[in-house]
Formats: sequence, C-alpha cells, structure tokens
Amino acid sequence: MRYSGLRVLAEGLRGNRGWRPAWVRPEPREAYDIIIIGGGGHGLSTAYHLAKEHGLRNIAVLEKGYLGSGNIGRNTTIVRANYMLPGNSEFYSFSLRLWESLESTLNYNVMHSQRGLINLFHSDGQRDAFVRRGNAMINQGDDAILLDPEGVRRHLPYLDFENIRFPIYGGLLHPRGGTARHDAVAWGYARAASRLGVHILENCEVTGIDIEGGRVTGVQTSRGPIRAQKVAMVVAGRSSQVAAMAGLKLPIESHVLQAFVTEGLKPCIDHVVSFGMGHFYISQSDKGGLVFGGDIDFHASYAARGSLPAAEHVMEAAMTLMPMIGRARVLRSWGGIMDMSPDGSPIIDRTPVDGLYVNCGWNYGGFKAVPASGWCLAHLMAREEPHEVAARFRLDRFLTGHLLDEEGTGSQHNLH
Amino acid sequence: MLIPCPLCGPRDRREYHYMGAADYLDRPPPGSLPEAWDAYLHLRDNPAGRTRDLWQHECCGAWLEVDRCTVTHRVFGARLLTEARDAG
Ligand SMILES: Cc1cc2nc3c(=O)[nH]c(=O)nc-3n(C[C@H](O)[C@H](O)[C@H](O)COP(=O)(O)OP(=O)(O)OC[C@H]3O[C@@H](n4cnc5c(N)ncnc54)[C@H](O)[C@@H]3O)c2cc1C
Ligand SMILES: [Zn+2]
Repeated sequence: MRYSGLRVLAEGLRGNRGWRPAWVRPEPREAYDIIIIGGGGHGLSTAYHLAKEHGLRNIAVLEKGYLGSGNIGRNTTIVRANYMLPGNSEFYSFSLRLWESLESTLNYNVMHSQRGLINLFHSDGQRDAFVRRGNAMINQGDDAILLDPEGVRRHLPYLDFENIRFPIYGGLLHPRGGTARHDAVAWGYARAASRLGVHILENCEVTGIDIEGGRVTGVQTSRGPIRAQKVAMVVAGRSSQVAAMAGLKLPIESHVLQAFVTEGLKPCIDHVVSFGMGHFYISQSDKGGLVFGGDIDFHASYAARGSLPAAEHVMEAAMTLMPMIGRARVLRSWGGIMDMSPDGSPIIDRTPVDGLYVNCGWNYGGFKAVPASGWCLAHLMAREEPHEVAARFRLDRFLTGHLLDEEGTGSQHNLH
Repeated sequence: MLIPCPLCGPRDRREYHYMGAADYLDRPPPGSLPEAWDAYLHLRDNPAGRTRDLWQHECCGAWLEVDRCTVTHRVFGARLLTEARDAG
C-alpha cells in the first residue's frame, strides 16, 4: 500500500478501515541467505539496501525486543554532516544526501527537518577550530557559515549573551543540519524492507553464532536455530556480547547516554543549538517538547537509565546558555547504551570469521549515519568489497594505527 | 552511586575519575608486539554484569579497583590498587 495525501483523504472518508500493518510479522524460515542481528536503524537500513540495491530477497532481521526499542528510538535525532577527517567527512556527507531523499525513497514521512544546526564557540581557539571545520565541510561540498556574535543574536536572541565566564564569540551555522523523527526512521525502513520481502522477526534474540571450519553457518535464537550463509552483527550497545558468541573481542566499551524532554511549549527554539563549553545540545520537537542532552555518564554501563551527576551537568549547561529554560519542566529522561570505540569513529567491516560482518562503534552519533551505514554494509556484504565512503571504517585500524580520532582525545573510549 | 574509598569512606561518584576496566593494569612489557599493545589499549573488557574497573578518588588521589555491576550500578566493594596488586 503506497502512502499519499490522496490515500489519507480516501481513508478518512471510509472510516480508516483500509490501513494495513506497516510490516508483516512472518514465522522464521529454517534458513536465509543473509541474517542481520539487530533491528535498530542500522540493521533495518542494511536489510533494506541489500534488497533494494542488490536485489537480494532471502533476508531476515532478528530483533530481540520490539522494533525501535534500542537507540534508534532513544536518540536526540540530530542529523548533520560537519565532520572534518578524511574517512568521516565523505561518509557523513553521503549520508546527509541520502537523508534528503529518504522520505520519497521509503514512501514514509520521517519528518526530516533541515532547520539548521548552530555550534557555538566561546574563545579564540575554538573559533579557529570551527573556521577550520567549516572550511573542511565546504571542501566536502556541504554548507557552513561562520556567524559573529551579532549573527548568532539574530538567530538565537534568547541566549545569555552577557555571560562573563562563557562569552559567545560566534557560531558555525550548518544550514542543512537538522532533525528527524527517530522511531519513524525505524518504521519507515521496516515497512520498505518488508515490502521487498525482508523478514523482520521481533522478539527473536540471538543467543549463539554457529561457526564451522572458520565459516559462519547460522545462529541460535530464542525462536530456534536459523541457518544462514552470511550474518551481520548490528547491535550497537550489545556489540561486545554478540561478538563474544563468535569468539571475538571488539574495541568497544559500552556507556550510557541520557536524553531529556520538557513539557510541550509553543515554538521557541527554531534550530539545533550546541554549547561549546560543557557538552549540551538542544532542539524542539514538532510536538513542542524541548529535546536535549549532553555528555555520556563516563563510566561503563549497560543500565538503560542514567545517573544523577550527568543529568545535573546537562541542566547546569542548559541554564548557563539559555536561562529561559529554567521555566520549563522536564517531563521525561531516559538512557541508551552507546558502543563507544577507542577513536570515536565506527566500524563497518568483515571479521576474521568467514561470512560474519560487523557494524558497530557509532558512539553517540549513529542516528545521522543510518542511511549511509546500511548502504555501505549492504555493499560490503553483497559485493565483498568496501564501499568507497566507508573504506576507512576498518576493524584492524587500531592495530595498524590508521585511527579516525575526530576529537583528538586519544585511545580512551569515554573521551570521544 | 556511592563508591567506598578505603581511605575516605563512601563518597559520591562525582568525586571520582574513571579509567575503564582493570585489565588496563596488565601493561605489556617494553618491546612487545603491536598486537599486544592493540589488545592492551583498545580491546578492553566490557562485560554486561559484574566487573572490576579503575577509579581515582580525586579528593585523596588514591587509585581504586572497584568491584561493581554495570547493569544495576550496584557497588560491591573497592580496594586500593596497591593492595589489589599485592593480593594478585
Ligand atoms: C540519548 C541518545 C542521544 C543520541 N543522540 C544522537 C543524535 O542526536 N544524533 C545521532 O546521530 N545519533 C545520536 N545517538 C546515537 C544513535 O542513536 C546510535 O548511534 C544508533 O541509533 C545506533 O544504531 P542502531 O540504531 O542500529 O541501534 P539500536 O537501535 O540500539 O539497534 C540495535 C538493536 O540490536 C538489538 N539486539 C541487541 N542484542 C541482540 C541480540 N542478541 N539478538 C537480537 N537483537 C539484539 C537491540 O535490541 C537493538 O534493537 C544518540 C543515542 C542516545 C542513546
Ligand atoms: Zn579517598
């Protein structure tokens, strides 16, 4: 069933009795050509692109919970292409281009809104760094505009411009940056993949990976064993546990990142804004809630809830930057488990086990990567060669020294 | 989260600095192969459950090995690194 304005109108007139479930819920087959472990954004996008771009049909996505229960439904939805290092830069640029046509590709409204992202800076050194970053973005073919304090004031009059400790020196505006509705991205990919024949198996937890003679042959699941020729592990915060089922150790440390939402307010924050002193970023959802977050909790954690010190830090940063936020009430907060890598960049690669692939290490920036990550992993699995924009996301780069340390903070997982 | 510093008593998590799993103490000897350094720096333990990891109490400066659970955030105990090393 194609979605369209006409369809909404017609269904409205017929009492909305014609809508069908967005994706089918089949029984597992005994065997598939390809199994994707993890029904988050990256897993669903991979399955969709395997079917769409490479014509493969016998594919299953195995999700231990319900669709959207992982980070894909927990993030603060920022979509941007403002990376600097070769390797990251072209990848996120490609991903943003895919976002710009995503809704027509999927025939699904993911509410992608390019409202503009403004990264604030507060010192001469930070300004120099942002000038450099802006130039790198422009060289990559994306957009960046340097704003002086007056320019920032025109866009964001509600900031505290009188703050003496953290004066606002300006901001880097990325007009094509913005947000999207996160769970709609999962639903949209699931529906589009399902229409191409992909099996989406919810409540199907992988408990073991079968390997014979160095080659993957299938998986054990809570719904019985399933054979497969190729298997990809796309499980974000649970990457270490799933990789251990294949006897592998990954360069991942799992950390919790929190998000906060206020009560619904009239439109007041039109952009995505980030504070350059103390980690803090904010946008307003279409429902009116202010959606914001900051740093990870800094200690390894698998609790899908945060601790108080990090929440406190986020609130302090919010009050420092925009005192008006003190009038809003926080309604909800939650946490998601991040797969932090030692250089802050992701991994899309084969593993030492034949037929077994890994996609992980997205840190807290994997939402914007969903379209390109699926595209590139599908390319790797179908053609057995890396896609050119993801060629540097190698699993062995930590051994060979070809790190992609965008923040320049060194080999410590929680510092990225 | 309260972490018991053997020198100062139970103290809030805010007073501590975190350095990851305790396997960081197993530093390879000089001249080790790149594989050993890769494993040491990057392939750290990352259990979902009980773990031992490294925390510095910034108030007294002591480095601790903390026995805790990464799923529930429950802390079972902590000892000074010097003691942990002597005990093996
Ligand atoms: C609070 C927060 C804010 C964020 N903000 C942003 C942002 O603004 N911009 C941005 O780009 N990124 C952001 N991120 C990061 C982004 O959400 C993640 O990097 C990305 O969603 C991870 O990929 P995924 O969608 O595939 O993960 P997930 O949705 O977590 O998918 C992994 C799936 O694997 C499943 N799974 C695990 N183990 C098994 C098993 N054994 N068997 C079967 N299934 C299994 C899980 O249930 C889960 O559904 C944020 C994350 C959080 C938590
Ligand atoms: Zn102490």
